[in-house]
Amino acid sequence: MKTTRILVWSAIAVLGALSLATIALRRGESINAMWLVTAALCSYALGYRFYSKFVAARVLALDALRATPAERLDNGRDFVPTNKWVVFGHHFAAIAGPGPLVGPVLAAQFGYLPGTIWIIAGAVLGGCVQDFVILLFSVRRDGKSLTEMARDEIGRVGGAVAFLAVMSIIVILLGAVSLIVVNALKGSPWGTFTIAATMPIAVLMGVYLRHLRPGKVLEASALGFVLVLAAIWGGQWVAHSPYAAWFTFSAPVLAIAVIVYGFAASALPVWLLLAPRDYLSTFVKLGTIAILAIGIVALRPTLHMPPLTRFIDGTGPVFAGTIFPFAFITIACGAISGFHSLIASGTTPKLVQRESETRMVGYGAMMAESFVGVMAVIAACVLDPGVYFAVNSPAGIVGATPAQAVGTITAWGFPVTADHMAGLARAVGEDTLFNRTGGAPAFAVGMAQIFSHSLGGQAMMGIWYHFAIMFEALFILTVLDAGTRVGRFMLQDGLGHVWAPLGRTSWYPSIVATSALIVALWGYFLWNGVKDPLGGINTVWPLFGIANQLLATVALCVATTIVIKCGRTKYAWVTLAPLCWLVTVTFSAAYQKIFSANPRVGFLAHAQLLASQVVPPANAAETARLIFNDRVNAAVAGILVVLVIMVLAESLIEWFRVLSGRKRAHISETPYVRSRYAEGQ
Amino acid sequence: MTNITSAARLMWEALREIFDENAYARFLRSHRLEDSRESYRHYLRESDATRERRPRCC
Repeated sequence: MKTTRILVWSAIAVLGALSLATIALRRGESINAMWLVTAALCSYALGYRFYSKFVAARVLALDALRATPAERLDNGRDFVPTNKWVVFGHHFAAIAGPGPLVGPVLAAQFGYLPGTIWIIAGAVLGGCVQDFVILLFSVRRDGKSLTEMARDEIGRVGGAVAFLAVMSIIVILLGAVSLIVVNALKGSPWGTFTIAATMPIAVLMGVYLRHLRPGKVLEASALGFVLVLAAIWGGQWVAHSPYAAWFTFSAPVLAIAVIVYGFAASALPVWLLLAPRDYLSTFVKLGTIAILAIGIVALRPTLHMPPLTRFIDGTGPVFAGTIFPFAFITIACGAISGFHSLIASGTTPKLVQRESETRMVGYGAMMAESFVGVMAVIAACVLDPGVYFAVNSPAGIVGATPAQAVGTITAWGFPVTADHMAGLARAVGEDTLFNRTGGAPAFAVGMAQIFSHSLGGQAMMGIWYHFAIMFEALFILTVLDAGTRVGRFMLQDGLGHVWAPLGRTSWYPSIVATSALIVALWGYFLWNGVKDPLGGINTVWPLFGIANQLLATVALCVATTIVIKCGRTKYAWVTLAPLCWLVTVTFSAAYQKIFSANPRVGFLAHAQLLASQVVPPANAAETARLIFNDRVNAAVAGILVVLVIMVLAESLIEWFRVLSGRKRAHISETPYVRSRYAEGQ
Repeated sequence: MTNITSAARLMWEALREIFDENAYARFLRSHRLEDSRESYRHYLRESDATRERRPRCC
């Protein structure tokens, strides 16, 4: 039996190595997507079987006999001992959002290789470890949040930085994802109609759940899903009818609509819009991810993108910057995402039945999310590179007309014609696919292309494209609504210390004022992204990546501190290694975004370039605004770096004091209680 | 056949947990209530406060 196990794991290791070697070393010819799938699955299997087992046994000393808060504090509401597979599904549904679909698509400008390697290695050695350890440490602290753990284990500065990191990531995230929606829907009556239809559908679901069939959420979600499919089907009719003008908007108009929507939606009752749309979004998300995985495995598409493109030198049109550090902040979700530490220290720890199950839930669910990232790489790389760059490049880089764009992209060595792009746009039911930056349209075209080889053929491409756009926009609108609410509560909690009425979450003036402030903050990034001649993503997405990795830095500082305080310093490298990598990446990226002499990368250099230009008086105000925005963006990147330095400095001081014996190691774990499951009760 | 049935049951339970149907069932049990519109409204009042403070991941 032992020999069989050794043989099986050896075979998996050899197959994984062969697949990784194939995707890393093959040059000059297309490869099949199955090599990426096999490399990922073998790496996850090995990482889970050996590395996570090592972390569980040696670093964390998981104890299946130790009662979890779900068992000790079982109240049938927040704390409920739950089957591990159910918790796994719950946790995966909570961590999987639009990030692992967007980041890998943007990073595909470097070729399929860098993104794939980072997604696999980053997840197995970093992201899965972070989610696993934070989940366990939260379980051992009665489900405390990351901010509370940072305050208890690192110190008051750590707690404050965690709070600011959460606020900044929420604001920048909302600005970035709303820009993706705007770029996907501009000039698209079909897409806009479909997304607009999801709002009354969600409200209908809310009313159905509250008044007609109370509690039948799965039933209502299935009904909502059918209605959404009908809306996608009906959208093509709207797009070719006189009503198309009602749903055709420019980017600035859509941006205003999204800002107004964000403000209004966050003030509506949760049951009316947020909750039903959340259910609908989850329903669509789980189904689409499963369909995409089955589709890729069944159809085994060929990747047309080369493993590495010329843009590793930093001159990429999708976003500017060299492969290091920008590939590693562009892909956060899918490899390592600080945001996950909020989920791993939120609902999930209150459901875990046994401590030993945190390995499967924390480490395992992140592997599943990483696989979603690999699928996004595949969806982007099945496109002809010329098409990929035509869709993803802003007009400011490739030119505003189709002739200019295809000329520029073909001159880069990625041939594409205006006729081909026009045919593709017709096939997916759009007027044009040029300059649709943000990643979502490229993912949607890729997904439509994969499925057009089977279900319904070319005739269904428009449906698949708009299904993918709807699926991403649905995620994003839920993130927008929920994020605005969470930001509002955090702001109210903070302002309540200044003036008590502002802290009252049911006081309407406080709700309106704090909601408006949060919306204004993310609306600022959205508006500037829309008005940015370089497409906006070039500015906003790197800031989001830096903010997300800042939160991961806080999480890994907390984890390393606890490991050291537990007397397992010799194993601290498990969290210290990804922490060092993230600090290097975050510092390098932030430094380049602020000080790079290349105006496409450095905010200050861009501001200086604009200031040195002679502009006609009519454009003077616009130029002054762009210069101001560059300086604000530089300041934001600078503040994020200062926050990283603060949390690192306080952690280093804490580690030094504990390791040198100047301070008695004290951890705030709840006392050991033996699990009743241990006695088979 | 038993394995398939238990796998299907587990998947169904996971879906019920993800979509909060189990949470509502637990609420009814803990409050000794019957399933009704009023009970569901009561449940929503209690759960919405938690739900609206829950961030959605990127």
